[in-house]
Amino acid sequence: MGWFKRSKEGITTDTKDKRETPEGLWYKCPRCKVITSMEDHERNLWVCPNCEMHEKINAHEYFSFLFDEGVYEEFDAGMKSKDPLKFTDTKPYAARYEATVKKTGLNDAISTAEGLMNGRPVVIAAMNFNFIGGSMGSVVGEKIARSIQRSLEKRIPLIIISKSGGARMMEAAFSLMQMAKTSAGLAVLSKNGIPYVSLLTDPTTGGVTASFAMLGDINVAEPGALIGFAGPRVVKETIGKDLPEGFQTSEFLLEHGFLDLISDRKDLKERIGFFLDCALDREAAKPVSRKRTLTPKIADR
Amino acid sequence: MENHDFELPVKELVEQLDKARALQQETGGDMGKSIKELERTLQKVRKELYSKLSPWQRVQLSRHPQRPYSLAYIQAITNGQWLELHGDRGVKDDKAMIGGWGKIDGQSVMLIGHQKGINTKMRQYRNFGMPNPEGYRKALRLMKMAERFNRPVVTFIDTPGAFPGIEAEERGQGEAIARNLFEMSILRVPILCFILGEGASGGALGIGVGDKVYMLENTWYSVISPESCSSILWRSWNYKEQAAEALKLTPQDMLKNKLIDEIVEEPLGGAHTDPEESFRRVKDVIVKALPKLQALDPDRRVEERIKKFAQMGVVAE
Repeated sequence: MGWFKRSKEGITTDTKDKRETPEGLWYKCPRCKVITSMEDHERNLWVCPNCEMHEKINAHEYFSFLFDEGVYEEFDAGMKSKDPLKFTDTKPYAARYEATVKKTGLNDAISTAEGLMNGRPVVIAAMNFNFIGGSMGSVVGEKIARSIQRSLEKRIPLIIISKSGGARMMEAAFSLMQMAKTSAGLAVLSKNGIPYVSLLTDPTTGGVTASFAMLGDINVAEPGALIGFAGPRVVKETIGKDLPEGFQTSEFLLEHGFLDLISDRKDLKERIGFFLDCALDREAAKPVSRKRTLTPKIADR
Repeated sequence: MENHDFELPVKELVEQLDKARALQQETGGDMGKSIKELERTLQKVRKELYSKLSPWQRVQLSRHPQRPYSLAYIQAITNGQWLELHGDRGVKDDKAMIGGWGKIDGQSVMLIGHQKGINTKMRQYRNFGMPNPEGYRKALRLMKMAERFNRPVVTFIDTPGAFPGIEAEERGQGEAIARNLFEMSILRVPILCFILGEGASGGALGIGVGDKVYMLENTWYSVISPESCSSILWRSWNYKEQAAEALKLTPQDMLKNKLIDEIVEEPLGGAHTDPEESFRRVKDVIVKALPKLQALDPDRRVEERIKKFAQMGVVAE
């Protein structure tokens, strides 16, 4: 006879959910909790093989599979914010910034590179969400502006991969004006007939949605991404009730006409590449390998 | 006239002055000397008070309920020669964004602006000056029309932000604003933008890409309101004064950081204390600025506009 009585019978948590996994060897999907080896997870482009949840990944991960053989040349990698407003909230922005640089090994929320994609030179600018929520300040704006410039000068396509909470508050109006700066640059690119592909990934909100992310010749999104102007919390506060199921997801945006297509991560290279071939009226540099249509039938989804 | 707490010294003096004047009329007694004295003190106190407003106090003035809004400016500047146009040709007519043709000293101009309501009922009707996507699309339609007929565009900015509602998201608030930034940067006619009150984030910038951007003296312009900034960065609504300070959102700071082109002085005490004078000053700026911009070749004008925004931002390499 024990001193205590268990009110619920048995241990309800599955063993696989409870086990602490050593860092770096295993990946546990936050949605379906299925565990894969890190090696398999990487090979699967950081997408859960069970529930197909697309994990948030940084610029260099995208570069690794979008550029042929993962070969690319990064530019402006050393660019950093100068904290023009000497901004301080609960702690100084400069200190927060340096701590983030140390923690992430990145210099700001975007990395930009040039390389070959399906044999075609392209510029890719991709955001890093773990750098202050992928927020857009002067560095993000300037690096995008320079990517546009590079695309213009070399007359090669531009791809921007958005993943951002929006503007960086600590750079206040400087941050706001990056919206005008990047959009103006894209207008020039467009006038010059150089294709721009916007890839929206989880999450893309605020000032990034209200500028370059929505301005692609084609707007492409990964499945299940949160995409919107106002964040869901703000919208919920405004209307004072719960948000409808699926609100502000990629699928919602596609349905309302703001995306051209949703693509699984593994198909991005092929589908974006196909668009570029069509836009630039050239034969595909590399033959399409698999016998598969580029647009899945309804039943495939 | 409604007053903010920090304006109390002025309010008291004004009341004293009114009393003295009333007394003089009633009794016929000679109050001339004390009235003059009071007037002098009032002028001095006013000058002192309004010359060193804190950023938060300026934010408060920018939201003064009696402050004139876009329609009042347009009516006055065009002397009533103004034809309002409606609708985005897609969804509906957005009451928070107004626009149309007007004549300024005989010259045709496309006038566009956010519109806040002048009383409780109208504030609701105008959705508190917060446009939906169709507002931005209406503004763009009118700007394109101005371009077609080779007429300049003047925009008036006064918004607490683009509306964050479900329908706004469904109809693409982000896309609507982005499209305006894109199109305004290459519009082939001159664009002048005036911040008349609140310049809140993308909702303001959505009609704010111009050859010249002006801020009236008691206005603010930033990426977020001080209240929301406080709630996000300090996790409490109580740090709005500090947030207003940190955001550097006043016209002086914005000019110093080269994010706007010029400040338009308001009558002492704010635009609402003498609306006619405020209208006159804004009109003066328009009338002086337009000929210079119109003299430029359109390609050059667009190039310079893009260059101006391209230079905004401070980075270290």
